[in-house]
Amino acid sequence: MEPIIRLRNVHKSYGGTAVLKGVDLDVAPAETVSVIGPSGSGKSTLLRLLMTLDRPDAGTLEIDGASPWTMTRNGKSIAANEAHLRRVRGKVGMVFQHFNLFPHMTALENVTEAPVHVLGLDRGEAKARALEYLAMVGLEDKAHSYPAHLSGGQKQRVAIARALAMQPKIMLFDEITSALDPELVGGILELLRSLAARRTMTMVIVTHHMQFAESSSDRVVFFDGGVIVEEGCPADIFRSPRHARTRRFVESILETVR
Amino acid sequence: MNELILLLLRGLAVTVELTVVAAALAIIIALSAGLARMSRRRAMAWSAAVYIEVFRGTSALVQLFWFYFVLPFFGIEVSAFTAGTLVLALNTGAYGAEVVRGAVLAVPRGQLDASAALNLNRLQTLWRIVLPQAFPAMLPPAGNLAIELMKNSALVSLITITELTFAAQLLRAETLRSAEIFGLVLVLYFAVALLITAGVRLLERRASHGLERGGA
Amino acid sequence: MIFDWPYAWEILPRLAEGLVVTLQATILGMTVALSLGLALALARRSRYRLLAWPTGALVEFIRSTPLLVQIYFLFYVLPDTGVRLSPLATGVLALGLHYAAYCSEVYRAGLESVPKGQWDAAIALNLGRWRMMKDVIVPQAIPPVVPALGNYLIAMFKDTPLLSAITVLEMLQVAKLAGAESFRYIEPLTLVGVVFLLLSLVSAAGVRWVEGRLRLEG
Repeated sequence: MEPIIRLRNVHKSYGGTAVLKGVDLDVAPAETVSVIGPSGSGKSTLLRLLMTLDRPDAGTLEIDGASPWTMTRNGKSIAANEAHLRRVRGKVGMVFQHFNLFPHMTALENVTEAPVHVLGLDRGEAKARALEYLAMVGLEDKAHSYPAHLSGGQKQRVAIARALAMQPKIMLFDEITSALDPELVGGILELLRSLAARRTMTMVIVTHHMQFAESSSDRVVFFDGGVIVEEGCPADIFRSPRHARTRRFVESILETVR
Repeated sequence: MNELILLLLRGLAVTVELTVVAAALAIIIALSAGLARMSRRRAMAWSAAVYIEVFRGTSALVQLFWFYFVLPFFGIEVSAFTAGTLVLALNTGAYGAEVVRGAVLAVPRGQLDASAALNLNRLQTLWRIVLPQAFPAMLPPAGNLAIELMKNSALVSLITITELTFAAQLLRAETLRSAEIFGLVLVLYFAVALLITAGVRLLERRASHGLERGGA
Repeated sequence: MIFDWPYAWEILPRLAEGLVVTLQATILGMTVALSLGLALALARRSRYRLLAWPTGALVEFIRSTPLLVQIYFLFYVLPDTGVRLSPLATGVLALGLHYAAYCSEVYRAGLESVPKGQWDAAIALNLGRWRMMKDVIVPQAIPPVVPALGNYLIAMFKDTPLLSAITVLEMLQVAKLAGAESFRYIEPLTLVGVVFLLLSLVSAAGVRWVEGRLRLEG
């Protein structure tokens, strides 16, 4: 089965600082992958590239078999036009650490915005779909509230519903609990768990929550210093890591949990 | 005394008309130039930058005279009123363009990320996500610019447009009651300024609905 | 019908004379504005309502009304009260008053930005009010607002053509006279425009440079 995400030797620098230094990764369709690693290791940048928010400096990046930034015409490889980029981009959705809800729209309007204007759904259809997803995240009674009147956990749920409503093939989650008060984290993780269990889409989750990563992922990827140090099934990474760096990181995290 | 006030009020009407028309034009110019300044197309961004720097960097009165005296040589015949309105709009529009640019750049980057993640195109992102959030931030400086516009409208008296200051000059020449006339005229301008400030404050309150700080 | 370069060259010396007057008006006007502005700012922050409130109202009034009308007011009313000033002096006074109002707001912002701890320390050391303001507060209030004051200097420079309305021979007036004589306005007016543009661009860069230096030391 062809991987739905394929990275080969991807490099990315920001202003002279190299953040990704040669990343290779395959993700299979409907797989749930957790990405763990210390801060500044490049995990968020990886997601930004997958979401086509930024462009790799070097290397190959393919989403569902196509590169977002180049296309082939008459057998030759040329720079992609806007239409092609958006076609590829449409297969990916993302939930951000700081929610990024549109403050001037209600929860419902946040969720219907893209289905109406990108997918071309008519307002009735979009509204029905939006209410469905808001119900899935437990917020159908907050549909007409503005983000300013929602708690952090509620905002993140709306953000999740908003991304899901586009029904992308791949969903990216960038430390979505890091900006939340501790008592709200559990609810969000539970939501993620149920989403992963459905196996309807590929999920790439950057997280600090090791128990979640262990119990809910098919695979765990350990990121450090801009490269993937080790990857494997949760049991291997957490119980018997092969690399010293992996072992050090896992031990330090588990220590603080204890 | 009544005739005096009547003449001044007629001048005031012209001042208000000038201010309103020029302001409407200035808003369109400011939005166009401000957005063009941020365009990725070099030619567009550069042209906007030149317009903004020239009209901000030169004196409004010099611009006025240039339009009034020089344009006819190029075969462009415009009435004094048109020249005056145009220059006022172009001058204020240049400052307004910077206000637009500042407000748009102040919208958090996360909003752009979220829009891209939802696959909205550039126009949709600008029109439906960025501008509605930039708008409330534009209002206070815009209010100040509106008052500047009103003050600059006095300059068009020097190219013989019969607005309030021109009327004041006429009356002074006739009656020589300088203190009362100019004093009254200053008070009338002040009243208009207060009205503008009140109007902008009303707009500010209505535009910030749903956008209280601490939002999404 | 394009630019008559020889003619432009011919009137350049006269325009230069006008520029001298323009610069005189600007520098003198700014001197008035900077000193009067500080006085107004301090008056506005006074504890005595009878001083603070009318000063505030006056500042708002001056800021919200056209400079041109204020110039006319002084030009026509002062002689009636027995004060005889040259047109240039009247213009300098008008510019100074008008921009003092703007500068007073800038100074106020600067004074407000001085940390409260400074006031506390000065009082704790039993410094008198005058000494406190002179040696502790005002010296800290001014550096952050120098860029804003610089911008008002440039704005005043661009407002000097208004003095042509009361016959001061600054650049625009010289250009108008030259144009009236030769019936060719495009050269004098364009030259004046270019000079203004160049000088304001240079000064704006200068203000930014000062801002940068202050930030480094701040």
